[in-house]
Amino acid sequence: MSGPNTEYDPVEVTPLQAEEVEAARDAALAAIAGASDLEALKQVRLDHAGDRSPLALANREIGALPPQARKEAGQRVGQARGAVNKALAARTEVLEAEHEERMLIEETVDVTLPTDRVPTGGRHPLTTGAELIADIFVSMGWEIAEGPLIEAEWLNFDALNLGPDHPARTMQDTFWTEPAENHVVLRTQTSPVQARTMLTRKPPIYVACPGRVFRTDEYDATHSPMFHQVEGLVVDEGISMAHLKGTLDHFAARMFGEGIDTRFRPSYFPFTEPSAEVDLRCFVCRGVDSDACRTCRGEGWIEWGGCGVVNPRVLVACGVDPETYTGFAFGMGIDRSLMFRHGITDLRSFFEGDVRFTPAFGTEL
Amino acid sequence: MKAPVSWIREYVDLPAEVTTEALTDKLTLLGLKLEAIESPGAAITGPLVVGRVLTQDKEPQKNGKTINWCTVDVGDANGTGEPQGIVCGAHNFGPGDLVCVVLPGGVLPGGFAISARKTYGHVSAGMICSAAELGLPEDAFGGAGGIIVLPADTALQPGSDVRPLLGLDEEIIEFEVNPDRAYGLSLRGIARDAALGFSAPFSDPCDRVLPAADDAGHPVVVEDEAGCPVFVARTVAGFDPTAETPDWMASRLTAAGMRPISLAVDVTNYVMLETGRPIHGYDAEKVAGALRVRRATVGEKLTTLDGTARVLSEQDLVIADDSGPIGLAGVMGGETTEMSASTTRVLVESAHWEPVSMFRTGKRHKISSEAGKRNERGADPASCEAAADRVVELLCELGGATAEPGVTVVGSVPAPSAITIAADLPQRVAGLPIDTATAVAALEGVGCTVTLVAEVGEDGVPTNRLVAVPPTWRPDVTDPFDLVEEVLRVVGYDQVPSVLPREAAGRGLTRSQRLRRRVGRTLAGAGLSEVVCFPFVGQAAFDKLGLEADDPRRSTVRLANPLSNEEPEYTTTLLPNLLGTAARNVARGAAGAAVFETATVAIPREGAGPAPIYPTHTRPTEAEVEQLFAALPAQPLHLGVVLAGERERAGWWGEGRAADWADAIAVARRLATELGVDLEVVASVRQPWHPGRCAALRVGGRTLGHAGELHPRVVKAFDLPARAAALELDLDALMAAAPERAVPPTLSTYPVAKEDVALVVAEDVPAAQVEAALREGAGELLESIRLFDVYRSEQLGSDRKSLAFALRLRAGDRTLTDDEVKGARDGAVALAAERCGATQR
Repeated sequence: MSGPNTEYDPVEVTPLQAEEVEAARDAALAAIAGASDLEALKQVRLDHAGDRSPLALANREIGALPPQARKEAGQRVGQARGAVNKALAARTEVLEAEHEERMLIEETVDVTLPTDRVPTGGRHPLTTGAELIADIFVSMGWEIAEGPLIEAEWLNFDALNLGPDHPARTMQDTFWTEPAENHVVLRTQTSPVQARTMLTRKPPIYVACPGRVFRTDEYDATHSPMFHQVEGLVVDEGISMAHLKGTLDHFAARMFGEGIDTRFRPSYFPFTEPSAEVDLRCFVCRGVDSDACRTCRGEGWIEWGGCGVVNPRVLVACGVDPETYTGFAFGMGIDRSLMFRHGITDLRSFFEGDVRFTPAFGTEL
Repeated sequence: MKAPVSWIREYVDLPAEVTTEALTDKLTLLGLKLEAIESPGAAITGPLVVGRVLTQDKEPQKNGKTINWCTVDVGDANGTGEPQGIVCGAHNFGPGDLVCVVLPGGVLPGGFAISARKTYGHVSAGMICSAAELGLPEDAFGGAGGIIVLPADTALQPGSDVRPLLGLDEEIIEFEVNPDRAYGLSLRGIARDAALGFSAPFSDPCDRVLPAADDAGHPVVVEDEAGCPVFVARTVAGFDPTAETPDWMASRLTAAGMRPISLAVDVTNYVMLETGRPIHGYDAEKVAGALRVRRATVGEKLTTLDGTARVLSEQDLVIADDSGPIGLAGVMGGETTEMSASTTRVLVESAHWEPVSMFRTGKRHKISSEAGKRNERGADPASCEAAADRVVELLCELGGATAEPGVTVVGSVPAPSAITIAADLPQRVAGLPIDTATAVAALEGVGCTVTLVAEVGEDGVPTNRLVAVPPTWRPDVTDPFDLVEEVLRVVGYDQVPSVLPREAAGRGLTRSQRLRRRVGRTLAGAGLSEVVCFPFVGQAAFDKLGLEADDPRRSTVRLANPLSNEEPEYTTTLLPNLLGTAARNVARGAAGAAVFETATVAIPREGAGPAPIYPTHTRPTEAEVEQLFAALPAQPLHLGVVLAGERERAGWWGEGRAADWADAIAVARRLATELGVDLEVVASVRQPWHPGRCAALRVGGRTLGHAGELHPRVVKAFDLPARAAALELDLDALMAAAPERAVPPTLSTYPVAKEDVALVVAEDVPAAQVEAALREGAGELLESIRLFDVYRSEQLGSDRKSLAFALRLRAGDRTLTDDEVKGARDGAVALAAERCGATQR
């Protein structure tokens, strides 16, 4: 900001000519209007509104005028400069908008290009399936119990009322570790976790035990020497078969959909008495017009697992007083449940480790 | 167990309108589960009738064959009553024979439609059938592969439906019989449950008028009364060994899945199916002296009916005569006294055996017989006499024999023990209102004798007790809860209501369970796919990993009965099967495989003793429980990762990138960060990794695992893409190192001071060591440090490298002065110089 020119020559003062000021203003406005881009407008700004522009120079002259002329000249130049600045601002806005619009168009990309630089990973459905099951039970206030895969024979069999000569032992073909006299097996069921739980904590017991089990089955589309089960165990006062039914109905509805329930058929398991097979209402046909249903093969029901009231002999072997407590237990295959839940026809899909299999489950499980 | 419906109905008077489906539904609800319904005749439709061959003209043909041009009387079945002209190529029949004729309009198994057609110069209007053409076993009805010729005494007239005679109208139910329901292995037992289910009258085949026992029968000495509580012996003489098994019996045996052999054998099998009581028949002339039931002596030998010479154990129960053992009691008879085509005198044995002994002998000698199956589950001890009598009856009736006087009965039927329950126990256990009358009726329905005892307890409260004596055919009913199950299966399992138990006050997932989920999500988020492998390996897998002979990982838990002799061990490392999985993916055309697995491995425990077998009538002590746990191998949870081939894809953005050592270590670091664990990465040498590209992963000075590039030989052995990398660590240990509570930094809003330093060090100085020195030297003002460049040049020399680090310095309470920043930087550089010989570039 330059100060007023005090070194004017009072004699040679010429009042700023209105025509000159207006000409300078018009020239500026024309140049502004003619600037076609922001670059050109920058030059126009320098030429017509910069420090050395005619109007700026004229403005500087005002101080040299005799006082009586200053007011008029000041008004004239001020108005002209105001009009120029206003025009500059307006033109800048227009050109910036144009520029932005053009830039956005120029920067357009093909958003359909692939973006799969790092291949997708995924967790195994047997893991997420077991977690889904765990969450269902944890939300009921249960806990998730676990045990080792290589297990003591006594825990896998004897404690569960499967004595050495029990015919039921022949139903489960067991992997024995060497030497067999050491009585250590690969667990054939998740049930030893029941025994472990009762041996290591006091009732009330509400636990689910998802886990891996082994049997000497040849490996084919429906059999595997290794598969997965989930076991449930409740030991509390006043527990009945009705609580078992209620729990399994709840489990079925959470895992397979609202309205899916279960039915019981008499069966035999050494560790439960009474024992039942539990069937799941087919979640595809829901038992209505089942004949064409491929999931339940026309049955309306799907065999799901085994269950029953904990045999008091098991309670005794594990140190629970059968006079005070009753319990229920159930077990079902996780692999099998997922097979019919997802229409998987070959059990081996779970164990091949093919990286195309896992991502298909996404976040559904 | 397979049972023809008509046979079941012989003992239970079911209303005619009860369909097979209704029957199986009911039996399934009672615990005899339907496996399948077979209807052998279902594939045959249209007229299938009895025909009498009237004429048979043999006509040689140009092709060398001779055909028979027959006329056959089919009664009115053809609508005309005229003889039916049929061409037949078989020759095992003649005029006058009764045969099976399918008339035009009929369809045979396989969709084979029959119509009148011109052939060999005649119009053949139908077909004379062989067994195979009707879907029957080839040798059924003496067919021997040819036309079925019906017995001359067949009651059916020409033109009548032949299906009932052939058993083709039969439906056969296959039941899955649980091990506790031995009674389900008999028609008697199945019919009894059917009677129970439909409240229909039951006629027990064992309900017979029996001859009194005396001393005139074949002498029997039972030396082991516990092993053989009841032994019944009967004899018949004058048996005609040429007598044939009647068709009805043969077809029932066949339907039940047993092969007809000879009349005498078939009768014993038939009665076993009928009553559930296994019977053995001896050729009485070959038996020398008294039958003696005893345990075998060690080394005694016996050749059983299957031709196998067996060496007996002192636990085997045998039947011996003066010559030594002649049968493996209750399991299989012996060769020397076997009934043959010349047997005319039959000694019938019907005995009850102690189930456990049967089970052990069957297991020891690997014999699975129909008799053994029933004896080891426990047949009805009270059925011995009736079954023997029934066999005698049939041998007389069908084989022309005469029952000899003399009925040997040794021992007596053990009385089942009474079981007492509170009358409301069924109701309490079922969670369903079941009044006492209903419970009593149900128990009586299944054959129990029930007494109701009303008592007043010490507290003055009246309590009803039920004292139930189970029937002899239910050896499985021994416990109070067994009675509950019996009541419930009669009341109906479908009556149990659905009630949720009370809300439990659980503590949620354990820390380990939560962290495992976190680990899985982290790895999946890093682009890895989780896989599930079997834990079985063989030493060859360790060879492929290049493990030294004394590598501890070679010491495994071995399986006594592996599925494959190639993989008889439980693995100590996840890598072999994980590498195989990665290779399989590549072989299937994947450009790369980034896979991980979390699973337990088994590390044998030095000096672990056997896992004891404790009694089960009481809880083992704490010390005993500990002993059980201590007998098991250590089973830590491991994480295995294999990164093979393409890690980043090529694309419009540029080149792709194959996985290498750094990717494996990056996974470990990412995991450690996720878990909040301070992970130290240290150069290491360990198979199966590349000795120059392997890192030990250390936490708190302890090595938890290794990561890096695989040894080129391992890459080759597993057929993996070059530079494949892997990681394996003890996940249990890593998770245990995660802090219980995270302590977040205090966030300073004062300006950050950024300082870069480039340090020249010898090639073999690890970057981590330089970084550690800088970190320590910079002191507490250091907010973070990051290596951003490694530079090598001729100028530096081949054994030197330049490492460039970016330091960020900041204080929590003030803006740092230039002097402070310089001080920290100088301190860092000075310590790096001192510790690592670093010089500023």
